[in-house]
Amino acid sequence: MSELDWLPQHPALGQAITQARSLSPGEQLRAAIALAGFRRDTLSTLRIDKLAQGARDDGNVPAGFQFRRLAVMASSTVEHLIPSIRVAALDRRLILDVQVAPYGQFRQVVLEDASFLETSRPDFALFILDEAAALAPVPVGATRGEVDAAIDAEIEALSILWHRTRERFGAVVLQQTVLNTRLPLFGSYETSVPGAPSALIDRFNQRLAEAAAASGVLLVDVDRQAAWSGRAAWSDPVYWHQAKQAIGPFVAPFYGDLVARVIAASCGLSRKCLVLDLDNTLWGGVVGDDGIDGLVLGQGSAAGEAYSAFQNFAVSLAARGIVLAVCSKNDEEVVEAVFARHPEMRLKRDSVAALVANWDDKPSNLRRIAEMLDLGLESFVFVDDNAAERAIVRRELPGVAVPELPDDVARYPFVIARAGYFEASTFTAEDQSRVRQYTENVRRSESFARATDMDAFLQSLEMTMEAGAPRREDIARVTQLINKTNQFNLTTRRYKEPEVERLVQDPNSVILRFRLTDRFGDNGLIAVIIAQPHGVAPGTLLIDTWLMSCRVLGRGVEAACLNVLVAAARGVEATTLLGEYKPSGRNAMVHEHYRRLGFEPGDEQPGGASLWRLDLSDFMERDTFIRIRQ
Amino acid sequence: MTIAAADTLEGLQDICREVFEDPSLQLTLETTAEDVPNWDSFTHLNIVAAVEQRFGIRFRTSEIESLKNVGDFVEMIDAKRKN
Repeated sequence: MSELDWLPQHPALGQAITQARSLSPGEQLRAAIALAGFRRDTLSTLRIDKLAQGARDDGNVPAGFQFRRLAVMASSTVEHLIPSIRVAALDRRLILDVQVAPYGQFRQVVLEDASFLETSRPDFALFILDEAAALAPVPVGATRGEVDAAIDAEIEALSILWHRTRERFGAVVLQQTVLNTRLPLFGSYETSVPGAPSALIDRFNQRLAEAAAASGVLLVDVDRQAAWSGRAAWSDPVYWHQAKQAIGPFVAPFYGDLVARVIAASCGLSRKCLVLDLDNTLWGGVVGDDGIDGLVLGQGSAAGEAYSAFQNFAVSLAARGIVLAVCSKNDEEVVEAVFARHPEMRLKRDSVAALVANWDDKPSNLRRIAEMLDLGLESFVFVDDNAAERAIVRRELPGVAVPELPDDVARYPFVIARAGYFEASTFTAEDQSRVRQYTENVRRSESFARATDMDAFLQSLEMTMEAGAPRREDIARVTQLINKTNQFNLTTRRYKEPEVERLVQDPNSVILRFRLTDRFGDNGLIAVIIAQPHGVAPGTLLIDTWLMSCRVLGRGVEAACLNVLVAAARGVEATTLLGEYKPSGRNAMVHEHYRRLGFEPGDEQPGGASLWRLDLSDFMERDTFIRIRQ
Repeated sequence: MTIAAADTLEGLQDICREVFEDPSLQLTLETTAEDVPNWDSFTHLNIVAAVEQRFGIRFRTSEIESLKNVGDFVEMIDAKRKN
């Protein structure tokens, strides 16, 4: 659990670090910054730090970054943790210069020999105490009053260090809570005995937090974080005995991030806005296909309650001053209808400062939201269940934080909370009214430059499409897709299993099913096309059904399907394809489908339907980034 | 050398190449800390931690101090990987 599990996994991090070492210094620093954003173990973190340190010789601070000096004053060994602090800082747009006071000299450097702080001239000063240094031994039988007197005396002495550091050196003071790894002597009864070893440290931390708040000192609450992930993993007695490491080496990357995020918060670099996808993120299901009533949300199922819990989590962040936005591939009216009509929506429309629902790519829409809110992209956290969407946003908008998410929404709040995107150093009345403030500020700007290099992204997806007639084992799934797809469905004709089987047997008809894999995995069965001889004109095939799963929209799948369809049509001696669009009230997104694929418009049909014609004699295969396997 | 030991030696060598940022570093069973520039006590603990993390094993306190050469290291890792 010490892993930085909200960061994406790099396919070959060690190799990437080695390769980055041969770049120019400026490029090395940029590479180190990029690599700091991946899930990294202790050794990889050390190496990224070396890379950045080597590149920092010229004193460059990249655009958008802040440079700060940190002095660390500790009672135990902390050298093994410093690289992790610096690397985590890189991922939070900070270049940190870190100086460590001589081992165990945390009092002396403030009170007696000031040369350390005079030379290091810190912007931030971090005090780290282990259990033994925090508190002199107290007899186990001590009363509550004796215990508190002992603790308050220590904290009083500590607060003198805080004030001196601030007044003489002008540093913002950070105080770490004491990692409580004392084993309980009494079991659960421990906290009923004021002088019990573990109870003492709990009490110390409590008083420390109160004193820090009263003195304007920022707390780095490692003990609370360690309680979440397991104190045993944080403090390893073997490394304590070896090298007096009160915090062991394995948690170093996560520990470093805890420190970096507090400093970043104090520098105004925390994230401000949570942007949420909708389908399968805020509710289960795809509203365009399943309808409002078909969504998995709220009471009635455990999965539905998990989505509610995630919505509640977002709502509680909004109450704290985090701006909420929605970015969804959907029709806007459909989305607005869910907010207006679904009784289980915990997230209300007026808590969403900016809502963008359309069929454009997400990077463009995130830019649009940034404009609407007048916020920088580097203040965004983007949450989407779809790994491909996460990858494209990371690639196109490296400033946006995109947490890697577990496959169950029930665990989303934990991962997002753990990532510390919204670390605070203050909480004001203004924070509490922030959502309203931003909602009022929203400016809808229609002109919008789309600078996304989609082609390069599509190529990087390494898509392979397997196309062909349904096999026996596919029939059930093909039938299911025919009956549940609403949005990307040209005619919305429904067929039962025996009818699908008959079509497969019919030598004059074409029925195709398509599967798509990409480097993120198998998308499964994603499209079905049925074409049958058109009664009147010989050599003409009517595309009776063309449907596709919306999860693969915007990847050129339609063009790849057309290439396969044309080949199959030629196989049954067809010379013309006739495409049909029948509006169903839910398939507006495909009314231009055949025009986009180069079909000629034919006669208008009653009820807004249309017919489209494609001559196969001069058909040129469409360009796509999809490899076809028959 | 057994196949298992050769595999362990290679894994240890990979880690040391990363720790020392030397992609051409060659370890043998006879290599000692003195043979490798910058293999001090701080680096030694970094290597131990990386070995524990990447091989998924744990050393005893006494074992970490008793390591005399790469051969000892490999033998100890191997014994723990078998369990």
